[in-house]
Amino acid sequence: MIRVLLTFLAALIALPLSAQDTMPPAPYAYNQLDDPALEAQATALMHTLRCLKCQSQSIADSDAPMAGDMRHQVRSRILAGESPAEIRAWLVARYGDYVSYTPTVSASTWPLFAIPVLLILIVAAVLLRRLGRRRADAGDAS
Amino acid sequence: MTDKPPSKNTERMDFWLWKLPLGIWLWAPLALFAFFAGLAGYMLTQDKTEFVESAMIGQSLPDFALKPAFDGLPGAARSDLVGGQPRLLNIWASWCLPCIAEAPQLEALHAQGVEIVGIAIRDRPEDVANFLARHGNPYTRIGADDISEVQLAIGSSGVPETFVIDAAGVIRYQHIGDIRESDIPILLAELEKAR
Amino acid sequence: MIAEIGLAALWLAAALAVLQMVSGAFALRSAEGEANPLAIYARPAAVMQALLAGLAFTMLVWAFAVTDLSVKLVAANSHSMKPMIYKLTGTWGNHEGSMLLWVGVLALSGGLIALFERRLPERTMGATLAVQGFVALGFYAFLLLSSNPFERLPVPAVEGSGLNPLLQDIGLAFHPPTLYAGYVGLSVAFSLAMGALLTREVNPTFARVMRPWVLGAWVLLTFGITAGSYWAYYELGWGGWWFWDPVENASLMPWLAATALLHSVAVLAARDALRTWTIMLGVLAFSMSMLGTFLVRSGVLTSVHAFAVDPQRGAFILVLLGLYIGGAFTIFALRAGAVAEGKRFSFSSREGALVFNNVMLSAILAIVLLGTLYPLLTEAFDVRVSVGPPYFNPASAMFAIPMFLVMAVGPLLRWKEDSPRRIRFEVLLLAAILIGVIGLVSFFGQFALLPLLGLGLAAALGVAAFLPLRGRKLTRVPVATWGMVMAHFGIAVSLFGMASEGAFTQERLAAVAPGGSEQVGDFTFTLQSVNPVAGPNWTAIEARIAVSRDGGAPVILTPQARNFWSPAQATSESALLTRWDGQLYAVIGNQAADGRWQIRMWWKPFVTFIWYGGLLIALGGVLAIIGRVRVDMKRRKAVSLGDERRADLEALGVQPGLAE
Repeated sequence: MIRVLLTFLAALIALPLSAQDTMPPAPYAYNQLDDPALEAQATALMHTLRCLKCQSQSIADSDAPMAGDMRHQVRSRILAGESPAEIRAWLVARYGDYVSYTPTVSASTWPLFAIPVLLILIVAAVLLRRLGRRRADAGDAS
Repeated sequence: MTDKPPSKNTERMDFWLWKLPLGIWLWAPLALFAFFAGLAGYMLTQDKTEFVESAMIGQSLPDFALKPAFDGLPGAARSDLVGGQPRLLNIWASWCLPCIAEAPQLEALHAQGVEIVGIAIRDRPEDVANFLARHGNPYTRIGADDISEVQLAIGSSGVPETFVIDAAGVIRYQHIGDIRESDIPILLAELEKAR
Repeated sequence: MIAEIGLAALWLAAALAVLQMVSGAFALRSAEGEANPLAIYARPAAVMQALLAGLAFTMLVWAFAVTDLSVKLVAANSHSMKPMIYKLTGTWGNHEGSMLLWVGVLALSGGLIALFERRLPERTMGATLAVQGFVALGFYAFLLLSSNPFERLPVPAVEGSGLNPLLQDIGLAFHPPTLYAGYVGLSVAFSLAMGALLTREVNPTFARVMRPWVLGAWVLLTFGITAGSYWAYYELGWGGWWFWDPVENASLMPWLAATALLHSVAVLAARDALRTWTIMLGVLAFSMSMLGTFLVRSGVLTSVHAFAVDPQRGAFILVLLGLYIGGAFTIFALRAGAVAEGKRFSFSSREGALVFNNVMLSAILAIVLLGTLYPLLTEAFDVRVSVGPPYFNPASAMFAIPMFLVMAVGPLLRWKEDSPRRIRFEVLLLAAILIGVIGLVSFFGQFALLPLLGLGLAAALGVAAFLPLRGRKLTRVPVATWGMVMAHFGIAVSLFGMASEGAFTQERLAAVAPGGSEQVGDFTFTLQSVNPVAGPNWTAIEARIAVSRDGGAPVILTPQARNFWSPAQATSESALLTRWDGQLYAVIGNQAADGRWQIRMWWKPFVTFIWYGGLLIALGGVLAIIGRVRVDMKRRKAVSLGDERRADLEALGVQPGLAE
């Protein structure tokens, strides 16, 4: 029971079970960039990066201090002219695919792309089989 | 029924996917479920990995220069972790409870001649000083990482974590969580390997 | 005493489940037409079981209502000072209590079908009840042996540990009960499908029996998911309404299967086609429910919403899954080949459109299943990946978009055989609306592809929903058809809300000093003051924000950052301002070093349509149930009248046929 409560606690407030730090958040953790286009880019990217200390949230949705620091990194790098893909690659180089919700085709994620393609083939097969059979039947019946 | 030449549709039906027996479709759900059940059963026996490992192991330490975390010791930069012997890089904070638990182990490592460079995450100087006064000071340097910049740069995702850095500045090993007594020989072995 | 009554009731219910199962199984052994004497116990057993399970659940609610701290569950999850409504809803705000609710709904569904369903052959009914009893037995065992809700503490606790603050909310009153009623209600569809398969009775009569049960469960499930989405939206504090989180997916997967099932059952009932599909979907829907229960309670997947993490209990549930899903799929594989081919139909016909719909929904289900379970697979190789909205959105859209396109014109097609040329006016009209809306919106700005497509499809679907009514006398349209119109329109409304929120949301995040103003969309908001406030079990920092639109009269919003003390937790209470064309969502954050406060404001146009749409869909389902039940009752009356007439004529010595 306690474990359940603690898990829920940890999950939903996304803070370490230990005490909280008292330092202020990073400058760009809670401040938007002035340029709306850059801010839109940064926000779109932040929604696809995972908060590492939370159960399952993007850094845009989390109030954990580390999420704030990651948002600061994203925004300051966008401001410095880096592209979202570069920033994502920088984070993936440090934490692996886990940190990115946008899967890229790699050795560990290829089934995620292969299987939908297979699904399309199966769907087409099922539908065309119906169509082929039905037309053939209709042809015989005439 | 008169004999009709095969229509275009029946020709299409020569494609292999059409010729798959109905049996495949009937048994596929069970087969898929069996695969899932096996996977789930296996995973239930495994411990849940709560932490995220750094992907930077084997890579060179990124460049950084941090100001001192408090008055008593100098700050930490990459240059302090290069050259000479392998060192431990300890990511910690005064507000982190497991860091208190690992303080004796760090002392023990320090007593054995291991050089420990610390990076304090999001900590005020007075809190750092208080912590060290109460729990001992095994560090040669402590850098203040107020916005987790270096922590993110090396792929650390929480406190406490300890990295083995070799003389060339390459990250060789990561220990996540507080250091228990049983971890001391492991860390010493990793330090040896890093020579 | 209460807890002991509850526990005893639970054991008795389990015993009755055994009786139900055995008795129902004997019905299978009876030859056609003749009833096995041991089979008569199945129905009464099912009804008694329902009553006893209901009693057990009532006892637990009672224990929570009076805060009986000698019961372990109450001590761990309740508090004497909680408001009564949260004491009651707290009954199911934990693993054991929610599992008892699960089992209670399972028993209730079995009891209801035993009590009210008379149209099936007795053999099939027996088989159905036997399967229902068999499934119930496993979950009774789980509850009684590993998750006993009535466990006593050796020494009563002095005070309860309280309930998670995020659960002290009205959402807990709506979301779990309706959700469970929905996806555990699908157990009836599962049992019926297995019963029909075992007794080789897959035919329109069976479909007509199954339909209201599927619809009923589906309506409740739709409502449950809608309620959950809205609850998460306003409670969790960052304005998201769906995250493709494993627990959320666990509720969506049965819904997808149930939606496909209810369409398939309609075809089977009307045209005696899609027999194998219907059986498979019937089995699949409840299998997804059980799978969801496993995922949520075993801890194998990481989730924001997971409320029980216990690998041992997870192993128990996995064994049950193996027994029920594995068993059902095995019987399906062995028997489904013998199900006779249904009636023929051409591809361009209503059946054809519904086959397309089924296949697309199944594909989306497969995608969601894949994305949800994939991290589990990689973890077996010690690799951690994250699969989230950037994967699920495009992958499911790939199949959803063709499905919506066919959904727009499907209801216009005739049964058995139709030509697309006949409806070319409607097709062109809808295509024009689709392209027109996309073009119009693109004119006003740059938007992402999926929201844009969503807007166009929503407009086209909204019009398409009403097209089947064209040329018909509205007062003579069957109620069930109105149900279809409303449900399809609800989909369009929901889709519009989703696309609108995705495309047009504006966010403003600023550090504001008291007295300072900021802009978001057409709104100007001024932070008037920030004050500490206190509640029954919390203290908070509350911001008073004056919001005015285009210089109109200001409205005060009061978002809070709350701190509960039992258990210690911080939550963010958002403040919402709802207008006809959207919602303003305000959140207060931390105070910066210079005394300014973090205020986060979203303007979300038409976001409420997402949930209005969900309600419309559920309402459409309700209309469909009413319509079908009325039609069936009329038909029964007509049949019985016809039988009476035939009997009268025979009594008069006249051949019925000649008398016409």
